[in-house]
Amino acid sequence: MYTGRLIRNIRMGIKTLLLHKLRSALTMLGVVFGVGSVIAMLSVGEGASQQALEQIRKLGSTNILIHSTRPTDEQTDGQRRRISIFGLHYDDDLRIRESFPDVLRTVPVKQIPMEGRLGSRSLDLRIVATTSDWFDLVPRRIIAGRTLNASDDDQRRNVVVLTEHGARRLLATASTVGETIRLGGNAFRVVGIIRNEEAVGGAQIPDSRIDAYIPLEVGKERFGDIILRRSAGQTERELVELHSIIVEVRSVDAVERTAEAIERMLSTWHPRGDYEMNVPLALLRQAEEQQRIWNWTLGSVAGISLLVGGIGIMNIMLASVTERTREIGIRRAIGARKRQIVAQFLIETVVLAALGGLIGILLGPLLAVVIREFSGIPTIVPAYAVILSVGISMVVGIVFGLYPAARAANLDPIQALRHE
Amino acid sequence: MTRLLNPPEAEPATSQPAPGAAIELDDVRKVYLMGNERVNALAGVTLRIPRAGYWAIMGPSGSGKSTMLNLLGCLDRPTSGRYLLAGQDVSRLDDDQLSGIRLQKLGFVFQSFNLIAQLSVQENIELPLQYLGWEPGRAKDRAAELASLVGLADRLNHRPRELSGGQQQRVAIARSLANDPEVILADEPTGNLDSVTSRQIMELLTRLHGEGKTIILVTHERDIAAYSRTQLHMKDGLVDSIEGEQ
Ligand SMILES: Nc1ncnc2c1ncn2[C@@H]1O[C@H](COP(=O)(O)OP(=O)(O)OP(=O)(O)O)[C@@H](O)[C@H]1O
Ligand SMILES: [Mg+2]
Repeated sequence: MYTGRLIRNIRMGIKTLLLHKLRSALTMLGVVFGVGSVIAMLSVGEGASQQALEQIRKLGSTNILIHSTRPTDEQTDGQRRRISIFGLHYDDDLRIRESFPDVLRTVPVKQIPMEGRLGSRSLDLRIVATTSDWFDLVPRRIIAGRTLNASDDDQRRNVVVLTEHGARRLLATASTVGETIRLGGNAFRVVGIIRNEEAVGGAQIPDSRIDAYIPLEVGKERFGDIILRRSAGQTERELVELHSIIVEVRSVDAVERTAEAIERMLSTWHPRGDYEMNVPLALLRQAEEQQRIWNWTLGSVAGISLLVGGIGIMNIMLASVTERTREIGIRRAIGARKRQIVAQFLIETVVLAALGGLIGILLGPLLAVVIREFSGIPTIVPAYAVILSVGISMVVGIVFGLYPAARAANLDPIQALRHE
Repeated sequence: MTRLLNPPEAEPATSQPAPGAAIELDDVRKVYLMGNERVNALAGVTLRIPRAGYWAIMGPSGSGKSTMLNLLGCLDRPTSGRYLLAGQDVSRLDDDQLSGIRLQKLGFVFQSFNLIAQLSVQENIELPLQYLGWEPGRAKDRAAELASLVGLADRLNHRPRELSGGQQQRVAIARSLANDPEVILADEPTGNLDSVTSRQIMELLTRLHGEGKTIILVTHERDIAAYSRTQLHMKDGLVDSIEGEQ
């Protein structure tokens, strides 16, 4: 009975709206674009967040990354030293591994710039000397062959794993696996080729521009700790034992605690502050927080356009109430109660808003696709955005319909009948 | 001509004609405040209109005819005094209750027809039934019956603007009958019509009176008032004289 009347009222409302098709369509447009932009904006936010989070997750959320940095005092004191000594030590690696119960293992990383030769080609390569654990902590896709393994470390084999980047520079292909390249005069057998990962803002991934990997002990033995850097015609010598240490922590809960403890320990051994720590988990948290703010910002901007849409509806409904004053008077004279008049006008605005919302829901993802195509920003339409905008458009209809409807209902029937 | 004024479910109520007054006014006043000025639109009217009465209210412009009809029609409340409609005191009811009274017991016919432009003839006639919560099928049947009663059976799907003034007024009368009202109130129902059409409308109202309806109309014209059984003359918000049946 009640729903029957509601359906009749809705049909009646639609019929009334259809009397002024253009006006109704234009009124609806505000909500269409409001809802559409809410969905599109939230999709942009969601897409960006998924991308950022995914990249940070690749760093490993249970990892702590420590990098050697050139201390600032050395750069500013003006005098040219014959050799710069800074950075993490082999002992730091040992201490971190031994002193913290939550540390599962560490991966020491040494960077060696070295000339490499394959056949007649010769190139300056960036080589990383590390242990086989590196490939567990920072998984990389194998293109051919294999990665370093524990026996390469133990037996100090002269083996090298090329990155795709390095392989391309050497003009080598997957079939290079098994061949020999020369690194600084030593012969190394190519055992595999892996894919590089791109760097993510803030967190430097150890291999973003690395060409080759060799076992740490081999690197130490063959090339020592002193690096020659040539820049602007000058040769500079650097003594850095380890360039990075990747620390794997037992669980996500222990990451921040352990990072603080390591920081405390390192700061006593390195008063010059010649290292820096990156905690992907903290970055993740930070990124999530940033994302939240970003989502709110985008959502609010879109929400404002929805608000404008709502005001548009209210404006038109107020005009409609004035225009239909006589009709309201007639209905009231016949016996319609105030709340029935309210219902009639409210249904019209809600129908407008809901229909606008529905079209907006179709438009939003379309807009998201267009944004993706033209800007390259990844977009993901989250389900909550759709549900949210359905809800919002209904609320917009009710909120902005209520005042015009109340105004219609509160007209004095006698005055209303006399109108015009 | 079929008798159509009593819808099936109302039959038991109207089959035993209750004696007494359709309308009783006891010292009813209506004061409008215009700034600091008080306008006594009704200055104390005491009146009794019996059931099945056929009354015409007359008087010069500004004498309070419309004010009186609006009060009788429960579109307004008296400033003071008592109004009994079919024995029920309606002078202190709230807005919702007055709406209920209008819906159940009253029918209105206006000078300017007051049909809803976007609705068809049928939908206009059905309007009170919608608010009464009638099931659509039944309402449609009743609308068709009423349309044929006023001679517009073939115009059910027309819009008001496609009808002549007289036809529109007949639709309005059909609509006023839909809820089988106690009283039909008509404020200058022929005011916008030519004399031939006016005569048709008055004949229709007279026929309804013949079928037992209480009819109260406001008019300026003597020959329109001549259709009624009782003529009430107003002056300065007061009843000046009453002629005819009482
Ligand atoms: N809403 C109002 N506010 C103030 N004064 C009003 C209002 N309605 C009516 N009046 C005054 O009440 C008096 C009676 O008005 P009413 O409309 O009842 O006259 P009427 O007899 O119907 O006149 P007419 O024949 O011109 O229709 C007039 O003086 C009018 O100015
Ligand atoms: Mg009048």
